[in-house]
Amino acid sequence: MQRVIVARLIQTPIALVAVLLVVFLCLLATGDPVEMLAPPEATAADKEQLRHAYGLDQPAIVQFGVFLTHAVRGDFGRSFFKGKPALDLVLERFPASLQLAVASTVIALLVGVPLGIIAAVRRGTLVDQLAMGLALLGQSIASFWLALMLILLFAVNLHWLPVSGYQGPQYLVLPAVSLSFWLLALLARLTRSEMLEVLSEDYVRTARAKGLRDWAVLTHHALRNTLIPLVTMTGLSLGWQLGGALVVEAVFAWPGLGLLLLESVLRRDYPVVLAGITLLATVFIVINLLVDLLYVYVDPRIRQGSATV
Amino acid sequence: MSATTALPAALAEARPGPSAWARLRRLARRHPQIVLGAAIVLAFVAVGAFAPLLAPYPYDEQDLSNQLRPPIWAGGQVQHPLGTDEFGRDTLSRLIYGARISLVVGLFSVVLAGALGVTVGVIGGYLGGALDAAFMRVADVQYSFPYILIAIVVTAFWGPSLTNIIVALGVAGWMTFARAARASTLAVKQRDYIVAARATGAGHAHIMWRHILPNIAAPLIVFATFQVPSRILAEATLSFVGLGIQPPMPSWGNMLSANRGYLLTQPWLVTLPGLALTIVALGVNQLGDGLRDWLDPRLRGRTE
Repeated sequence: MQRVIVARLIQTPIALVAVLLVVFLCLLATGDPVEMLAPPEATAADKEQLRHAYGLDQPAIVQFGVFLTHAVRGDFGRSFFKGKPALDLVLERFPASLQLAVASTVIALLVGVPLGIIAAVRRGTLVDQLAMGLALLGQSIASFWLALMLILLFAVNLHWLPVSGYQGPQYLVLPAVSLSFWLLALLARLTRSEMLEVLSEDYVRTARAKGLRDWAVLTHHALRNTLIPLVTMTGLSLGWQLGGALVVEAVFAWPGLGLLLLESVLRRDYPVVLAGITLLATVFIVINLLVDLLYVYVDPRIRQGSATV
Repeated sequence: MSATTALPAALAEARPGPSAWARLRRLARRHPQIVLGAAIVLAFVAVGAFAPLLAPYPYDEQDLSNQLRPPIWAGGQVQHPLGTDEFGRDTLSRLIYGARISLVVGLFSVVLAGALGVTVGVIGGYLGGALDAAFMRVADVQYSFPYILIAIVVTAFWGPSLTNIIVALGVAGWMTFARAARASTLAVKQRDYIVAARATGAGHAHIMWRHILPNIAAPLIVFATFQVPSRILAEATLSFVGLGIQPPMPSWGNMLSANRGYLLTQPWLVTLPGLALTIVALGVNQLGDGLRDWLDPRLRGRTE
């Protein structure tokens, strides 16, 4: 297990640099930001000067090298449009994104996992069918449309919650619910299938035969053994919720990282795009590493080194 | 993410006996999901394929004396059963043409992602070694990035067009196929018939193409079915943020973004395209669920 983690620690930064290189080259290949930056009356000489000022006249690989050496020190350059350091802009948005990602993941866990357990325990009953129907719906609904429908119902018709903005906890509810639904569905299905598998194992039958009550069997024997896939999925999805929330953020005018990335991609604000993607990638790596460490905690077989995941 | 490799028991046992109609009825009774899903999918495909014949109006025909008409159940006219938008364009016709976009994007982006992913997965799984490790590491890193973020970056770079959407969604989603195909290949490659083929001197390419691929195809087709709804939703998302299908060509996503301002006053302009999207995605997911249960009952309820 230690070897796996060490290998991860070495391989992942290499993969990260490769990803950044691809993104960087794509950015360069798709057009000249100077054309968008320069005022319409700018002469060719003005543009050339601008290009030189941003280092855009250098060969691609040199530009990437310069980018990397600066990025390591936290310097991603200044936003083409806002003039502020790109990393500051990205970090400013991070807390709002984190709130949304954590809130939606918690909702998905609190609803999805119990739903999956009930469906597995009451397999084939109406409860199971309803739970799985809800899960199927969750995977079939676009989160931004769900967001619009929730606004229509809870903000416009019922006046229970605000339409959009970022001024207090009540503003978090609708975005978090819209964003949690697909994950809730995924977790419910995953929990159900893992539980079904575990419930048919010998040790569960033994525990039942010992006369343990259903609840004890469920929590001590069955649920514990479904934790690994759940931990993996939750860890990965925290990353997805951080960077993939952009359309939901746009609908609710939620000042998160996703919305900033969306705006920056559309405006070709390269420093901000690169700073945002680097930050997200770093967060993903840390989460993945934590997930690996959690395995050791939840699975005694790994702790004793008798198995590898 | 596991995919089965065993030949579906249901297929292996299928033998001629009762008539086709009786077998179909039995299938419908045991797997109602397949029938329900297939009905929705067939209707969707038919609407998409024959859009110009079915739509009462051209998608871009404006009728400025009939703007923002409500649907027929909210007091609208028979000429526009689902109402009209801000330019007086017929919503039903635009939904019908929108189905065509969803159909094309859903189908071709999955085919592209599948072709890329299965190639990488089978080669990596069969040959193993450093190449396989490199493939899987790239897949891991890309997998941790939100799928829609990759698609948005790619379409923003290359500009919005139908082809670019399909390529973006294909490139953004190859790795799920690669993982599934790799897992299946690993399970199959130790089988006796592969060892036998190698013993007779068959080349690697021949073994992968003639022996491995056919034996992992059935679960991969089910897997592919599950990928279609997420592509359809992804296209809608791209079009919603302005990076997908460009107006006046309708897609369910760009209809949602164009009509968003009417959420308070003409909510059906926002509910109808989303409803179409959800019903189609639900139908394809139902079909996938049903097919998987039918082909391999052991996987009942599995997540992909």
